[in-house]
Amino acid sequence: MSNKLINLENISKSYDNHLVLDEMNLYIRENEFVTLLGPSGCGKTTTLRIIGGFETPDTGRVVFDGQDITRLPAYKRPLNTVFQKYALFSHMSIAENIAFGLKIKNKSKSYIDDKIKYALKLVNLEGYEHRMPDSLSGGQQQRIAIARAIVNEPKVLLLDEPLGALDLKLRQDMQYELIRLKNELGITFIYVTHDQEEALTMSDTIVVMNQGYIQQIGTPEMIYNEPENAFVADFIGDSNIIDSVFIQDELVQILGVKFPCVDKGFGNNKPVDVVIRPEDVELVAPEEGLLQGEVSHIIFKGVHYEMEVMANGFEWLVHSTRMFPVGTKVGIKVDPFNIQIMNKPASEDEEAVAVEE
Amino acid sequence: MKSKFIKWLSLPYIIWAIGFIIIPLLMVFYFGLTDKNSHFTISNVLAIFQPIHIKSLLIALLLSLISTIICLLISYPLAMILSSFKKGNDKMMILIFILPMWMNFLLRTLAWQTLLENEGIINTVLSLVKLPSINIINTPYAIILGMIYNFLPFMVLPIYNVLCKIDGNLLNASRDLGANEIQTFCKITLPLSVPGIISGITMVFVPALTTFVISDLLGGSKILLIGNVIEQEFTLNSNWHLGSGLSIVLMIFIVISMLISAIFDKDGEGNTF
Repeated sequence: MSNKLINLENISKSYDNHLVLDEMNLYIRENEFVTLLGPSGCGKTTTLRIIGGFETPDTGRVVFDGQDITRLPAYKRPLNTVFQKYALFSHMSIAENIAFGLKIKNKSKSYIDDKIKYALKLVNLEGYEHRMPDSLSGGQQQRIAIARAIVNEPKVLLLDEPLGALDLKLRQDMQYELIRLKNELGITFIYVTHDQEEALTMSDTIVVMNQGYIQQIGTPEMIYNEPENAFVADFIGDSNIIDSVFIQDELVQILGVKFPCVDKGFGNNKPVDVVIRPEDVELVAPEEGLLQGEVSHIIFKGVHYEMEVMANGFEWLVHSTRMFPVGTKVGIKVDPFNIQIMNKPASEDEEAVAVEE
Repeated sequence: MKSKFIKWLSLPYIIWAIGFIIIPLLMVFYFGLTDKNSHFTISNVLAIFQPIHIKSLLIALLLSLISTIICLLISYPLAMILSSFKKGNDKMMILIFILPMWMNFLLRTLAWQTLLENEGIINTVLSLVKLPSINIINTPYAIILGMIYNFLPFMVLPIYNVLCKIDGNLLNASRDLGANEIQTFCKITLPLSVPGIISGITMVFVPALTTFVISDLLGGSKILLIGNVIEQEFTLNSNWHLGSGLSIVLMIFIVISMLISAIFDKDGEGNTF
């Protein structure tokens, strides 16, 4: 993998005595699509603004390509930002908006004209040079904002919830467009969102954040399949998180019943959290299951049915393409490799963090 | 039913507007365009070209223009400082700033007279500390001072309003694209605040151009502005025809300045008040 382009070292930031980022360490590699994911107030936008130069951290350093840029003003940084509400200059035409950064850098007129053409083609808005921003739809404005940023050939593009204001269909289209852009441009994208689906779709690496702490860093698959703690499991998709006891290697006791699993090394008879994704819960005939329960609730979701099954005092969330009417007695089975074991949070404090969301 | 009722609610205002706006305006035009025998004439309007009248008009234009420019130069930085305050704190500052407007306009101008008089408070204090006295009462400088003092809030508020409406992310976007603070100001903040500037200019220039109280009290009877001339035609000379004719000329200037502001407002943020 390529080298580290941006390095955040021990970054802390607080507003009015409220700690937003606490001793954060994070590096971002070249040509990576990194997503900072978390609920509002988790510090993801603050992190982006610190990288962009719109905030100064209280402690710590921002290192870019080996250079300390912590105190460098935004206008001197070799990166560009796409803002949440587009932030297009309403008194300038589309062409003038895109040319803004290039004119500041005193590029020649022919160079600027070429760049405008190229950028508009890249975002599929050819011929929009002379329109005013107000006459464009939200999705078009956002694409202009991206065009305005990339003509400056930044090494890193920062995107602050750029699709937040768009409707669902447009958002999905733009996700694919962003992936295409990233591949065509071959630059680093740092993307901030609270939408876990967006993060899973687009990212090479996801950084899950909560309350100023990084909860987990990993590929979308790792984050989804092997969440490191209950917060991550709960935030990324639906899940059953159950208090359990790790009896010994490859055996865990869930709700008083022993389940074979594949994990090792959690000790003997140790309390752990178990995560089982709803689509990994298998409903079978009562005598075939390890646990017996009764369907208490069912909703048709299109692709699958979402059911709640009461078993041994726990309400299991189950996704299945087979329908079991309310009141049906069912058995519950889980494949060993679908049982994800997580250590209990080390401190009360950390647990409070996870439960609050 | 309901909308009909609401329409009727506007009746008092319509009566007011007809009685106190439309009719007086028509009367101004009637008197301005007739002579004492009720014959049509434009000589009252053309009277502006008499040396004494044209001189008072030019002085009025000059003084109100200077006051407007100085108001703008004071107001813009002030409005920028005010708009940079955190929400909550700025309201207090604005309040302090418009507090003088709670006092009567005449009273405030009279106060300046007392302050500026040759044996007034300022000169008394200056002579106590053995400094040379300033003699600006009854000069154009005193009139300009009076205009600035009285009309400054009308410049600050519209500019402040427009500046507050500018999204901070626009400025961040400009910096992000490589513009330093000065470039960001010239290319983003200033153009986006033009509607407020124009609105402020209109709201200072128009009352300054037509005032006669400020020039009366701070200019003595030595400096006649066009407002003083018109006032004297109505009060001293009882020549309503000439007074109205000169008013029409003044109205032309006001309409021109309003038109300019309307043109700029069309592509701007809309009215600030």
